[in-house]
Amino acid sequence: MAFKKHPINTEVAYTYIVSNKRLTMVAALGVTLGIAVFIFMNSMLAGFDKSSSEAFFKSIPHIRIYKDDEISKPFANQTGNNIPVIINPKVVPANNTIINPKQVIQLLKNQPDVAFVTPQLTVGIFYNNAKTQISGRAIGILPEEANQMFNMESYVVEGSVNNLKNNINGILLGAGVASKMNVKEGDNISITSSIGMTKVMKVIGVFQTNNSVVDKTTAYINIAFAQQLLKKNASYITDINVNIKDYTKAKAYAVNLAQLTNYKAEDWETANETYMAATKMRAIIIRFVSISILLVAGFGIYNILNMTVMQKINDIAILKAIGFNGFDVVSIFVSQALIIGLIGIVFGVLFASIMVASLQSYYVGGDIGYFPIYFKLSNFIKGVAFGFGVTFLAGFIPARKAANVDPVSIFRK
Amino acid sequence: MKEIILQTKSITKHFYEPVEFKVLDDISFDVYKGEFLTVIGKSGCGKSTLLYILSTMDTEFEGELFIDNQNVSRWKQDKLATIRNEKIGFVFQFHYLLAEFSCLKNVMIPALRLGKLPYDVIEEKAYQKLELLGLKDQALKPSSKLSGGQQQRVAIARALINDPLIIMGDEPTGNLDSVNTQNIFSIFKELTQEFGQTIIAVTHDNDFAKASDRTIEMQDGKIINQDYKFN
Repeated sequence: MAFKKHPINTEVAYTYIVSNKRLTMVAALGVTLGIAVFIFMNSMLAGFDKSSSEAFFKSIPHIRIYKDDEISKPFANQTGNNIPVIINPKVVPANNTIINPKQVIQLLKNQPDVAFVTPQLTVGIFYNNAKTQISGRAIGILPEEANQMFNMESYVVEGSVNNLKNNINGILLGAGVASKMNVKEGDNISITSSIGMTKVMKVIGVFQTNNSVVDKTTAYINIAFAQQLLKKNASYITDINVNIKDYTKAKAYAVNLAQLTNYKAEDWETANETYMAATKMRAIIIRFVSISILLVAGFGIYNILNMTVMQKINDIAILKAIGFNGFDVVSIFVSQALIIGLIGIVFGVLFASIMVASLQSYYVGGDIGYFPIYFKLSNFIKGVAFGFGVTFLAGFIPARKAANVDPVSIFRK
Repeated sequence: MKEIILQTKSITKHFYEPVEFKVLDDISFDVYKGEFLTVIGKSGCGKSTLLYILSTMDTEFEGELFIDNQNVSRWKQDKLATIRNEKIGFVFQFHYLLAEFSCLKNVMIPALRLGKLPYDVIEEKAYQKLELLGLKDQALKPSSKLSGGQQQRVAIARALINDPLIIMGDEPTGNLDSVNTQNIFSIFKELTQEFGQTIIAVTHDNDFAKASDRTIEMQDGKIINQDYKFN
């Protein structure tokens, strides 16, 4: 053939779309709403999930490595049956320092799945205010590293974590402590450690986690200062905090780290079982809500597109009568559905983006800040793929059915 | 020597809804190339049903159907669509045009589907067919804006576009006035005599039937006269 065959199937599909503008628009609107709701709800669920885990890991590492207390072992065991052996096991009074922490930290840093490692030393202290003392704890940290790990700056409400680095005797106070002690940034505060050392510290900032127990008791200080408060040398470290690349694998990974270091390695799931149960429940709820949206939106799109094909059932019979075969009929209605789908999807993505963007800039307050919703590419890809899938089926299934019957059986109805 | 273009062997058909009913009973006849054949009979005698079977649009029947020496009785839908496209032109009792398209497009679509000629040639041909049926000035109007009679003539033009071997009409002149009926009749006559095309038309119009080459009379699903003579 010396000429190009006229694409009659495409022309028929195009004519149907253009000559029934109202129906096209209603159908495209159906797709738009389905896609927009699908993407928006999934973005919201993803945001909710992300913000919850972020809030959680603000104070808790994925894996904590420390030396567990040891119980003394009896020198003699109960042997035979005549001589009773009196034993009285006690916690061994050895200190619970990690020996040669620099080497252990280096060893941990060399592990492939470990993302971040930082030492920590917790000291029991009293905050002194004239005659009254408030008990609490000071957590010795390396300010820069700890800030990276826990994103501390995000919940510091006065001053800055970095000030800690420049002031060896600086202290970052919980908001509850600060208000009870009636101090603010720049003031001095006196603390006494569990072994009786009293020091005057400079308040370099105040943080607020909205966990009132933490806010009323905790302060962050330099790790070197914590060692001084305990009258220990610079290698005295009780905890090493480890973050790994995928926090969901912490449980399995903790076992490896325990074997590697010979210390106790406790993963965040084991340390927070109640929270874990809540997280699991949340994951299940999110999955079910997501599936429900998929079903509802999918059914809506399918119905409205199905209608556009069923309205043309008589035309299908005519086209078949004048010689269009099954493939032609299917391709006409599938292209019609896909073009409507494409229009709907473009507007759906646009609509979803606007909704996500506008909610993203909504300030909720508290430690949440802006509404937790994110542009997650995978959600948009899923939404588009889902939209095309459903529109394809909505065009294909009824057209396929109509394409396979005698034209007369349609006319007779 | 007359060449057989279409042949039926013992075609029988039942309707099962609402009750079982034998609508066609042992229909056997031959149609010759270049013949202008009409089928008459009272309404409900099964002549439209027969025509749908002959046009391959209804495949639920017993017996054999030969078109152009091929037994098409058990062909698949897609193969039948091709034979309808190339070899059969069909005019429905109620026009059945595609409402969203212009008259010209309606006429062109079967030829565009066939794809054996370039677009502009098909367009030219479609204009000729419409002119033949006195509709050239209506060519670009949407088909739904035309009167019933005009739509029927567009449908006839559409049936002619691919120069089919056989043109089938279910009351092709049913909606037409006497002038147009006469016009269609002379077109059909010319097609059979000069171009060797075959016409099979179901009709109520005795004048129309009388002027055809041969008339088959049906009654209660049976052929009772293979060559009905008007007197």
